[in-house]
Amino acid sequence: MSQAGPEERESGPAAAGPAAAGAAGVSRRRMLGFSGASLLVGAAAGAGLDHVASAAEKREPAGAAVAFHGPHQAGIATPVQDRLHFAAFDVITDDRAKLVRMLKEWTAAAAAMTAGRPVGQGAVGGPAVAPPDDTGEAEGLPPSRLTLTIGFGATLFEKDGKDRFGLKARRPPALVDLPHFPGDRLDPDRGGGDIAVQACADDPQVAVHAVRNLARIGFGVVAVRWSQLGFGKTSSTTPDAQTPRNLFGFKDGTENIAGTEAGPLGAHVWAAGGDGSDWMAGGSYLVARRIRMHIETWDRTSLREQQDVFGRDKGEGAPAGGAKERDKVVLARLKPDAHVRLAHPDSNGGARILRRGYSFTDGSDGLGRLEAGLFFIAFQRDPRTGFIKIQQSLATDALNEYIQHVGSGVYACPPGVRQGGHWGDTLFT
Amino acid sequence: MRPAPVLALTGAAVLSMSLLSACGGEKDAEGAAGAAAIGVTATDDACEVAKKELPAGKTTFKVANKGSKVNEFEVLKPDGKILAERENIGPGTSVDFVVSLAAGTYKVLCSAGQTGKGPTQDITVSGQAAGGGDQRLTKAAADYKAFVIANVDDTITKTKQFVAAVNENDVAKAKELYAPSRVGWETIEPVAEKFGDLDPKIDAREADLSAEEKAGWTGWHLLEKALWKDGSVKGEQKFGEQLLKDLDVLKSRLPGLTLDPVNDMAGGAKELLDEVATGKVTGEEEAFSHTDLVDFKANVDGAKKIYELLKPVVQEKDAALAGDLDENFAAVEKLLAEHEKGDGYVSYETVGKADRKKLGDAVNALGEPLSKLAGAVSK
Repeated sequence: MSQAGPEERESGPAAAGPAAAGAAGVSRRRMLGFSGASLLVGAAAGAGLDHVASAAEKREPAGAAVAFHGPHQAGIATPVQDRLHFAAFDVITDDRAKLVRMLKEWTAAAAAMTAGRPVGQGAVGGPAVAPPDDTGEAEGLPPSRLTLTIGFGATLFEKDGKDRFGLKARRPPALVDLPHFPGDRLDPDRGGGDIAVQACADDPQVAVHAVRNLARIGFGVVAVRWSQLGFGKTSSTTPDAQTPRNLFGFKDGTENIAGTEAGPLGAHVWAAGGDGSDWMAGGSYLVARRIRMHIETWDRTSLREQQDVFGRDKGEGAPAGGAKERDKVVLARLKPDAHVRLAHPDSNGGARILRRGYSFTDGSDGLGRLEAGLFFIAFQRDPRTGFIKIQQSLATDALNEYIQHVGSGVYACPPGVRQGGHWGDTLFT
Repeated sequence: MRPAPVLALTGAAVLSMSLLSACGGEKDAEGAAGAAAIGVTATDDACEVAKKELPAGKTTFKVANKGSKVNEFEVLKPDGKILAERENIGPGTSVDFVVSLAAGTYKVLCSAGQTGKGPTQDITVSGQAAGGGDQRLTKAAADYKAFVIANVDDTITKTKQFVAAVNENDVAKAKELYAPSRVGWETIEPVAEKFGDLDPKIDAREADLSAEEKAGWTGWHLLEKALWKDGSVKGEQKFGEQLLKDLDVLKSRLPGLTLDPVNDMAGGAKELLDEVATGKVTGEEEAFSHTDLVDFKANVDGAKKIYELLKPVVQEKDAALAGDLDENFAAVEKLLAEHEKGDGYVSYETVGKADRKKLGDAVNALGEPLSKLAGAVSK
């Protein structure tokens, strides 16, 4: 008796055309060149040579690769990409070794994908009888400045009183549970999670591909708890760029920390070893808030009130009394409950955060209204002196009438991965 | 005579094919497990094999269709039955087709126009296949076939009881017997689905039918709807009898069936989990009776049986995968056990969102390694 094990491998015009294959091959090689260059840039930035980094950022083409390895994770100080796919995962095993193994697999996949390479043997390179390692929808696309940034939620350290992974003692003091802020209406199914991954890219397909492949690798160890797509950036970490408008039509967050400002980054964004958690040195804390915007009522609001609410003019984005977006904000010229006034560092004892939020629209809400808003993301050295402090000031914000916080998460993002290291290696030692 | 435009097209396609093979030469060699591919040139009236004396083992045929019609390539066993086939090879395209051959004489057939008929060539295979896995896989395939037959028998026995209750219009009893009658079927579902004419007659769901198809709807789910939605099976007796007839046809076809360890077994196990993921976790399969968890368990049992039959080979070729599968089968079974009630399971309607999410996560956790079974077995 013979037994058949037929497997198929197709070639010819029905599969990939030679022209497409050739083009992909060329762009792959080019990408490698880019990522090599970025690696050097990353090292320089890490050494604090700001002017070098700044010059290099301007040279970085839209589709290029952002270095994965470095002292800090990419996706924080990196110039903001156009699109977001943010996913939060629950760890569904109690087996620490399995979790670490998955983090290593994730790291390898993340390093490949951010360099524009597929996962494992790729989408078509493996045996025909097996499902491909890579899901394939990013084949032929450039790296698109993809960054993948990982963070660990408080529940990874302790969940329902259980220390599942022996990490309880390593929970950083700064990884606090956020207090209830007035007006919060948080949906537990849209918040929290043991692990979060922020995927940012200039091409949405590249960002979605990255999260999808990480989720697939993680099956059995983690399960997606919730995720959020963001279609348009609302922040700039590049000082000479205009701040992108949010869905209210305003430029908000002009005073953002730039990715090239080593001083403010060190003071307000990067955690230091002496902050209370050694393994977080070089890392940062991510606060995510899903902020629903009451689009329809806002649109019925007069221009004057809209401008008063923000404290900026709608056309230029200039602060009240100013002419240009980046003119100095004079707090006294703004209404006492203006958003910019209350969020400004001068109103918060100098507190600053690095904002990296995205607009979202998840269709409509069943009541004929847009299910839309801002997926707010902020990085900071310590949420207690960053987001929490500022958010408490915003209790009287005139903008609150038009927004509602409906999802929330806080995650400790470890430092960047060294060559040969893996995500979370400073934590799981 | 072929019209000129086709000739021109074919010429271009052949040219691009040679470009492709120039780039992908190494990969092709890998696909054939180190052996060079055997070229087959199929035209509208010929089937030329480059080599007719072959060693036993994994063989790659590189079938190039240089004719004008869509072609089909078949390898026929000495008894004339199809060992393996590859359809839809378009004009000007080329397909690599891997098949494991034991010693013996075979015929290869190219069927231009895919009629199942066409010119053949004899090939002779001699020697022993490299690697010791073949005998174990042959035995696994034989054992699986016996398992399939036993499950179809079981389904027929229990469906007779179910149909008897339908015939008596005993709604309560028929409801009780409905889910158990489907267990054998659900356990071997991918094999049953190979018979494309029978599967829709036996197991079609109302929501999947077009308006025209709905007029001719038969099978289990029609009776399910009558029992649970209408609360009566009066006048539905003919559907019970038809269901039994269709199951008998299924049974009659099993002896002639060749099941291979890679596609039918490992591939079937993956399909069983796909069934769970897309039909059962969502509660779509049993839209009226909500007995989805009974089907869920049967699908998982069927996949597990396949895995157990292939396990000696899997352990040798990919021990880590075997460990993953053991663990995740156990996890799914444990989770399912939480919903047991009497001899069966609770109504899926009573399973809340959080529990459904847990089941879904467990199915993803098992489905992912299970999708790697075919690759491991054919290594």
